[in-house]
Parts: sequence; structure tokens; C-alpha cells
Amino acid sequence: MKNRRNRILAAPYVGWMAVFVVIPLFLVVLYAFGFDSKEGFTLGNFTQIHQYAGIFANSFVLALFATAICLLLGYPAAYFLAREVPAVRRLATIIIMLPMWMNFLLRTYSWMSLLENTGLINRFLRAIHFFDLFGPEKGYFTMINTPGAVVLGMVYNFLPFMILPIFSVIDKIDNRVIEAAQDLGADSVTVFSRIIFPLSLPGVLSGITMVFIPSVSTFVISKLLGGGKTILLGDLIDMQFYGSTYNPHLGSAISLVMMVLVMAAMALMNRFGAGEEEAMLF
Amino acid sequence: MKQRRIGSRVFNLLILLFLYAPIFVLIAFSFNATKSRSVWAGFSLQWYEKLFSDSRILDALWTTLLVSVLAAALATVLGTMAAIGFYSMRRRMRGVCMTINNIPMTNADIITGVSLMLLFSFAIVSFNATLGQLLGITFRMGFATLLLAHITFNVPYVILSVMPKLRQLDPNVYEAAQDLGATGWQAFWKVILPEIMPGVVNGALIAFTMSIDDFVISYFTAGSRVSTLSMEIYSMARKRISPEINALSTLLFVSVLLLLVIINIRQFRQEKAKARKDAVLRSNP
Amino acid sequence: MFNWGEYIDESLLETFEEQTGIKVNYKTFPDNETLYSTLQSSMGEYDVIIPSDYMIARMIDEEMLERIDLNNIPNYEKISDSYKHLDYDPGNEYSVPYTWGTVGLIYNTTMVSEAPTSWKALWDEQYKGQILMFDNSRDCIGIALKVLGYSFNTTDEAQIKEAVDLLIEQAPLVQAYVMDQIFDKLEVGEAAMGPYYAGDAITMMESNPDLAFVLPEEGANLFVDAMCIPKGAPNKENAEAFINFMCSDEAAVANCEYIGYSTPSDSAREKLEPELAQNPIAYPDEETLSRCETFINLPEEILKLYDSEWLRLKGAGG
Repeated sequence: MKNRRNRILAAPYVGWMAVFVVIPLFLVVLYAFGFDSKEGFTLGNFTQIHQYAGIFANSFVLALFATAICLLLGYPAAYFLAREVPAVRRLATIIIMLPMWMNFLLRTYSWMSLLENTGLINRFLRAIHFFDLFGPEKGYFTMINTPGAVVLGMVYNFLPFMILPIFSVIDKIDNRVIEAAQDLGADSVTVFSRIIFPLSLPGVLSGITMVFIPSVSTFVISKLLGGGKTILLGDLIDMQFYGSTYNPHLGSAISLVMMVLVMAAMALMNRFGAGEEEAMLF
Repeated sequence: MKQRRIGSRVFNLLILLFLYAPIFVLIAFSFNATKSRSVWAGFSLQWYEKLFSDSRILDALWTTLLVSVLAAALATVLGTMAAIGFYSMRRRMRGVCMTINNIPMTNADIITGVSLMLLFSFAIVSFNATLGQLLGITFRMGFATLLLAHITFNVPYVILSVMPKLRQLDPNVYEAAQDLGATGWQAFWKVILPEIMPGVVNGALIAFTMSIDDFVISYFTAGSRVSTLSMEIYSMARKRISPEINALSTLLFVSVLLLLVIINIRQFRQEKAKARKDAVLRSNP
Repeated sequence: MFNWGEYIDESLLETFEEQTGIKVNYKTFPDNETLYSTLQSSMGEYDVIIPSDYMIARMIDEEMLERIDLNNIPNYEKISDSYKHLDYDPGNEYSVPYTWGTVGLIYNTTMVSEAPTSWKALWDEQYKGQILMFDNSRDCIGIALKVLGYSFNTTDEAQIKEAVDLLIEQAPLVQAYVMDQIFDKLEVGEAAMGPYYAGDAITMMESNPDLAFVLPEEGANLFVDAMCIPKGAPNKENAEAFINFMCSDEAAVANCEYIGYSTPSDSAREKLEPELAQNPIAYPDEETLSRCETFINLPEEILKLYDSEWLRLKGAGG
């Protein structure tokens, strides 16, 4: 099978990657430096970027929060799931993947119905006279259009991407290793901290990547749940291409800087983790 | 021990509740008698009726299904070939190819979308201004660019799901088949493909799911004349989403659910049958 | 065909398709600036667009529009003379008026302690978390300029910056920056007040009678939206046929009754339902109109300033 002739099979896709992966990224770099613009070659798009430092900081902080929450919820969920009997495990993975078939915009939009001042949660709390505890003034909790709602939207949308890779790694841990450790007198805490957790690290790292990157670059969640008050990097980039401040060169520069920052963050993280073998999502 | 298991199950049920709460709300309000998405005004099937006469939504659904099926199919062929090709490469070369292959997966969607948009509009503008003018053809962004973009982000998933199956393959099988007189093509078709089939099918399914759920990349590459369902929902979400979309999503959701149940029941049966056979074989050595 | 959200009676598209056999692809955009970007990144995609006055002027300046052949639009004569030869297109070469209207403050009478008469109500502490604002720079900053007593069309950088400072001060009170989502939010009482277009106010008041509309005393924006054909439109003749169709009495009446905006066509106005034709929100009297100011196109460096100041506001919001 490792036949030299078979290499030719990769040729069409290598060509494809060159045209549709490498050249487009190259174009982003060119545009960022002013290619095809009135000014010609310029560094101006990069020197402007410091104005948006607040938006960069905002995006990274919110994405970090979302990733941390996903990890705190997703790791135990994956761990508990891996200890179930096979039938439950299989069913549960399907149940976790199933929401992806419901359009994500629609699911996010649905949170609006839940979180609004006149939304379902506030209605329910009012119906059970919950607000009476706070005196007559209070009629609702403000949940929508806050940074918290944006983080919730991120956690909600990307949690499955944390659970599934961790689950698939823990699921593959050889039970005999755990049994051997127990036979050698390790208690359950030791088994977890010395065996299960280190072995599950590749899954954790791949989960973090798969949550953090879409979170930091989202532009729909912040629009729907943030009420246009919390602008994130994704919004900023969208605005330069299809939005209210048309400037594709600046948009390219922002994209490029974001990409570099994200890659740096991921490289840093991977240095701490042992994960050279990427864990599979499915 | 038992108590802890109850605790962990409660935790996981809460997670599921969190994942499904908005979906239940969506489904419930697809049966609502009014447009409101938070006040229940009685049961009605009117949104389902309206859905089937709404040509914009149905057009978008058709575009979405078509682009997802085509992109998944083409990406599966391209990706399976590429996986075999990569697998046959020397280590260094393979590393380079896999790294590039991983780019669309690890890059933020918005960057993939924006970069492809720049490519398409640049290529189209240059073509229309030169060769297109000579031939009297003008290209525009549309279904073709949408399809190209979808294939581009689908192939990496196919490769990643076929590759492990190739690694599990016994390297001698292929040679053995050839020694027995099979041509390279026959050996591939009869021996290799059946072995890696689960990976191929899995890859195709993932690709299809990714296409169906994609919004960001479609948004940047579809141009103005075609809309996918996601794009239609996005333009509605700027104002108010019609409950017709809830109805449509409910229908899609239920059909996928049924499909998965059927597949799983079949798998379960097969496994049971296999277990029985194994047991019989073992008792009659 | 590229239009604002919720800005046409969609059944008219079907009528047009039946009459002419021309298939209409209809898409919407949320604000003028988005329309501009989308056209920039996809020239030659649209046949008919409906920008507002100041954006038409900018597009004419930047040569983004085709000349319209009025001979192909016999219904043009129905347009009232007061909507011909306006500042944004003095030669009447590029645009055919679609609708006009004003921007005012829409509020929920059950949620305010007294009826607001001034834009300053949007800065009132007691409505914290109940206030909606425009999610586009020109309209939003315009309101702050009026509160400060300046012109919408000021080119004084200090005034614009002062206006944005005022908006940053307002940000903690604002529930959300919205465009068409305002329909949903005001109709169900999710928010108490927000500025929006008069025609849309009429639509909203139909579904929630508690809503009211006021043209604030500081003055407000008067706008004209017109149909244009972008450069490189693939089917110019069909576009003209469509524009002509929209100027016909039948279409103009049906459309205005549906969207609630005011028609520039005299003959259509006479045929409107009296309830709408005499509605002061849609057709304010001369005295009210004299308080209104139209947007004009701003020089490029001021537009740039608008963009960066707008992001300064949005960046501060988080």
C-alpha cells in the first residue's frame, strides 16, 4: 500500500490546497499590506490597529472565560460519560452531536426568547413570585445584551467540541492500566491524577483549541445576544467587508493579526501540554 | 460508589438540559398560534402550512441540501484519494501536506471565509476584465463559489477520518493481493476500500454535517444570488425570525433523529448477531 | 434587487413577476453603510438598489450608479415635483424616489412616566436598560448632534467627537443598538423607547396600540429613499421595468399601505386609504417639516472620522 505510485493520488488535492488554502491566505497578507488599494503598499493598516486594542482584549477575555467554563463543565461530563455502559455511551455521543443539526443561528436566537426581560425565564420567575423576594421594584433580571449573555452563547454553541474530544480520549484508556494501578494500591484520587488526567491531556488540548478559536472570532453570537454593545473581533472584521465601515485592507490586517495571536496562544499552550498527536473529534 | 454515579448522572442530565433547552423552546414555538417567540397563544399548525408555500425558504433549503450533498460527495472522493496519497509519501513530505491540510480546520471560520472571498472576487474581477471581456462572459459569485468553499473546508475532515484506518491496515495485504494477480486497481477496489470504508463513510457524514451547519464561510462566499438556510436565517435574525423556520428546523431535526435511531438499531442488531455467532463458534471449536 | 429589511410589500414582487415574467431575486440590507460595502465587494450583482439621499450622493460621486433612462419609466411623471431635482441628485439622472419620511422617537406610553418631546429622553436615567439606539453611525451620531444643537451635516471634528462622547455617556443606559430588531423589541414591550423611521412606527403601532411617535423638538432627519441602478447591473432594462412598476399607482398605493412610509407620488397619495393619507406621522404639516434636516454626503475624511468614532463608541461599550 505504501506504494510510490499511489502518491499520485494526492496530486489533485495538493493542487486544490495550493489554490484554495495557500493562495487565499497569501492574498490576505497582500491585502493587509495595501495590495490593490489606492495607496499601494502601506503599513498603515497595521499602525491603525492599536485603536482596536480594546476590542482585541475584549474578544480574548470573553473567549478565555468561555473556554474555561467549557472545560469546567465539559471535562466532568466527558469523564462521567466514559464510565457508563457502552449502550449509554453511544446514545449520549449521538445526543451531544444532534443539536448540530439544528441551525446554530437559530439555537442562539432561541436563547433570546429565554433571556429577554420579557422572556421565558423572567416570566417563569415572575409566575412563581420569585421577584417578591427583592421587593416591589424588581421585575426581571437583566440577562440579555450583556457580556455574560455572549459568553453563555459561546459556551452553549461550543461545549460539544470540548466534551467529544475529551470523551474519545478517556474512552480509549486501557482499563487494564487502571486496574493495575488499583492492584498496586492507588486510591481513586491517585488513579485520576496520575493516570487518567495525564492520558486525557491531548483531548483537553484539542478541546480548548476547538472552543477558543471559534469563540474569539465569532461575530453572530455577539450580535444576537450582546445587543450590539459588545463588539468582538469577528464583528470588527465583518464590518470591514460587509458591514458599515467598508475597508477590506484594514479587515485583512485585523484578520492577520488575530490569526497570528491565536496561533501564538495555541503554540504556547501546546508547549505546556504533551499533545503532539492530535486527538480526534469524532 | 453508587451514590457518586447518581451524582454524575444528574450532572450530565443538567448538561443535556442546557444543550436542549433552546431546542425545546424552538420546537414548542413552531406550534404557536401567533408570531411571538415567548408568549404561548395556543396550538396551531399554521407555520407548517406557510412553510410549504414560502418559496424563499424552500429555495434556501434546496440550495443548502444540494451544496451539502455535492460538497460532501466530492470532498469524500478527493479526501480519500489524498489520504492514500499522503499515506504513501515519505514522512517529511507527509508532514508538510498534513500541516497545510490542517489549516482550514484550525483557522477561524471567518478567516477562511474572508480569504476565500478575496480569492474569488480577485479572480472573478480579473477574469471579467480580461478574458471574460473578449469572450463576452461575466462570472459572478454564486453557487459555484459556494460549492468550492464547502469542498475546501470539508476535505480535511475526510482525510482525518480516513487516515487512521489506513494506519491500521496490514501493509502486506495490498502486496499479497497483487502477488495473487490482482491489478493495482482491483487490489484497491476489492481489498483496500472495504477495509477503510468505515473511515470513508464517517468522513462523508462529518463533511455533510459541517456543510449543513456552516454559516460564516457561506456568508462570505455565496455572493448575492444564492442563499443557504443559515444565510436566510441570519438576514431574518436582524429583525424577527418567522416561526416557519422553527417549523422547518423541527422537521429536519426529527428526520435526523429518526435516521440515527434506525442506523443505531441496525448496528445494535448486527452486533448482537455477531456476538451470537462468535459464541456459537467458540462452543464448537 | 437589494432593499432594506421590511421595506416592500412582497406580494408586489409576485405581481411584477406575473406581469412581466421577470424573476425577482430579493435581498435585504440593514443600513446604508452595509449596502455600500456590499456593493463595493460585489459589483455587478444587483439590478435595483434603494439607498437613502446622502448615500445616493456619495454613490454618484464615486461613480457607482448607472444613469436611468426616464423614457423607459413613463410613470415617473406621477412623482410630485417637490421630490424631483433634490440636492442629492440635482439632475434627476440617477434616482427615482421610492418613499420619504422622518426619523422620530417611538415610545411605549405604558412604560414612560411622561410623554417625551425631546431626544434628551434617551439620556434619562430612569429609563436605564429600556432604551434602544440606532445601530448605524450616521443616524446614531446624528441624534447626539441634535441634542447638542449642531447640524447633522457638520464637518467640525470637535462637534462630532463631542457627540460621540455624549453617546459614550449614554451607553450604560442603552439596552441594545438595533436596526430592524426594534420592531420585535418595541412591539412586545421589551424596551420603552427608541428612535426609528416614521413609516415603521405606523407599522408597529398597528400591532401594539400602546406605542406613540414624536418628532423631537430639537429637530429630526427627513429622508428620501430612491431607487437606483448600480454600475454594471446585469439587467438594466428589467431594472427600469421594475422601477416603472413601483411608480405605478397600483404598486405605490399597495406598497405604502403595507410598509407605512410616505409616497412621493401625488396620484398615489390621493388613492391611499384616508386613514393613512391624513396620518400626521406619515405626512406631517409644513411647520413640523421645517424643523427637519436632510442628510447630505460628507467629505471622505469626515466619513473616516465617523467610522473610527463609531468604533470608539462600540469599543467602549464592552
